[in-house]
Amino acid sequence: MARHGTLKKVSLSTNPAPEDLAKLELGNVVYLNGVVYTGREGVYMKVLEDGAELPLDLPGESAANFHCSPAAAPRDDGTYDLSAVSATASFRFTKWMADWLRISGAKLILGKGGMSPEDYRNTFVPNGSVYLTTVGYGTGALLGRGVTKVRDVHWLDDLGIAQAMWVLEVENFGPFIVESDINGDSLFERENKKIAEGLPKIYEGTKPAVLKRFGETDDRGDELI
Amino acid sequence: MIPIDKIQATAHTLMEMAAIEIPEDYLVGLKKAAADETGDLSSFVLQAMLENYEAAKEDRRAMCGDTGTPRWYVKIANEARVEGGPVALEAALRGATASATRSIPLRPNRVHPLWRTDHDNNVGIGAPEIEYAYEPEGSWIDLTTVHKGGLFGTDYRMLFPSDGIQGIKRFYLDSLVAFGKRGLACQPAIIGVGLGGSKDACMVHGKRAACLRTVGDRNPDPKIAELEMELTELGNNIGMGAMGFVGKSMVIDTHIEVGYCHTGAMQMSVHAFCLSSRRACARVYAGGSVEYRTDPEWYTPYQRRETVTWPATEPSRKSA
Repeated sequence: MARHGTLKKVSLSTNPAPEDLAKLELGNVVYLNGVVYTGREGVYMKVLEDGAELPLDLPGESAANFHCSPAAAPRDDGTYDLSAVSATASFRFTKWMADWLRISGAKLILGKGGMSPEDYRNTFVPNGSVYLTTVGYGTGALLGRGVTKVRDVHWLDDLGIAQAMWVLEVENFGPFIVESDINGDSLFERENKKIAEGLPKIYEGTKPAVLKRFGETDDRGDELI
Repeated sequence: MIPIDKIQATAHTLMEMAAIEIPEDYLVGLKKAAADETGDLSSFVLQAMLENYEAAKEDRRAMCGDTGTPRWYVKIANEARVEGGPVALEAALRGATASATRSIPLRPNRVHPLWRTDHDNNVGIGAPEIEYAYEPEGSWIDLTTVHKGGLFGTDYRMLFPSDGIQGIKRFYLDSLVAFGKRGLACQPAIIGVGLGGSKDACMVHGKRAACLRTVGDRNPDPKIAELEMELTELGNNIGMGAMGFVGKSMVIDTHIEVGYCHTGAMQMSVHAFCLSSRRACARVYAGGSVEYRTDPEWYTPYQRRETVTWPATEPSRKSA
C-alpha cells in the first residue's frame, strides 16, 4: 500500500529564482504560489503566427504557462465562475514552444504528460525552463481550489472560453510533479524505460495482427499483408 | 405522457451529477487499486485522485477541468410517450447540455472540426450525440449522460479469425501500453472492448461497453466473462500504473460487447473510460416522477437479443 508519503513536497513561486528551479528533482511534488496564465494552440497561434501583442507583461506578471482550459463561464456582472482546472496534453505544442519560451520568458511549463526528450534538450534547457505535470489525470477540483482569483481573461471573444488566455491568481496550487528538471532529464522517460524491460514477457505468445496498417511508416512500398 | 419540462430539468441535474460525483462502483474499484498499488509515484497519483473526488463533491465543482464531450443515451420503453415527441426530446437534451455547461460550469469543449467555431455551450453540429435504444415493456424513459474524454485511449483494428484470442490480447496490450505511457489514457480506466459488427458498429459496441456497464458487471456469456477478467489481469500486469509510472493500476475493469460481423472478420475496438468516469442516469415515468442512479442498466437481454423476434415473457404494462 501507498508509499506516496515518501515523495518530497516543494512550495514554489510562479516567478521562481534560478536556484529554486535548480533544486527541483524528478518526482518532487510541487505547489505553486503567484500567478499562472493559460496558453495553448489558440494563444500560440495568435501571438506567434498572427503577431498579436502580448496582453500582459511576461514574464513580469508570471513565468508559469499552463497548458489548460478551465471549466469556467462568465457571470453577468463581468466576473467569472470557475469550477475545475485541468491540463491538456502538451506534446501537441512542440512547434510553438521555442518561440514561446523566448518571447514569454516562461520558466515553468505546466501541462499534461510532458514533452519529448528533444524538446527538453533543445528548447527547455537553453531557456532554463522546467516542466511540471499535473497529476491524475486530473485533479481538476483540487487545482480549482487553488485559484484564488481570475485576474483577467484575454481574447475571450476571439478564442472562446477554452482557448482564451486566463490569468489566474493561485495559492498552494497543485499538486504538480516535476517531470523535467533543469538538466532536461524526464521522469516519464525514466519510467518508460523501466516498464519497457517487462513488456516482452507480457506480450509472450502474441503475434502481430495479420493485417498491417499502411502509413505507420514513411515507406510507401509497405504492403498490408 | 412524460412531461417535457420534467425531462429537461432531469437532464440538467444529470449533467451536474455526472460532472461532479464519481460513480460509486468506480470509486470502490479505484480504492481497491489504491490499496493494492506499490509504486510510490502511482500511489501518490491515486491518493490525489481520491482527495480530488472529495473536493469536487464538497465544493460542488467539476471533478476534472476537462469535462469531456457530453453525450446522451436514451432508452425508451415501448409504451412511453414523450410530450412533444422525439424532436422535443432532443431539444430538451440539447437545452440541458447548454444550460448545465454554463451553470456548473463545464468546459465548453465542442468546436467545429475545421473552423473551430465554439458556441461555449457544448452544443453544435452533431453535438451532443444522442443514441437510442428501446425496451419491450414499460412507459418510462431512461436518460443517461456520459461525459467521456475526447482525445486519447481509443483505437480500432481490423482483426480476422486467424488472429484469434492471442490477436485480441495483442491489440488490447498495444492500446493500453500506447495510451498508458505518460498517462494519456488517464488510467486506471474502465476498458471497453468492442468485437465484431462493422467498423462503425464495433466502435459503438466498445464505447458502450466502457461507458454503460458498471465495475464488476460481467457479460452473460461465461466465456466472454472469463475473457473480460483475463484481460483485466493482463492489463494490470503490464508493470504500468497511473500516469504511466511504474505500478500495476491500469485497469479497473474490462467489459466486452460483441456484435455479429462478416464471416471473414473479427473487428476490435478498445476504449478507456478514465479516472473521471462521468456517467449519471435517471428514469422518468409517465406521471413525471424521477429516480436517479449511476448504473445505466443498458444491457438487458433485449439489447443483446440474437433471434428474429422477441418473445414477450410478460404482457406489456400500460402507463402508470
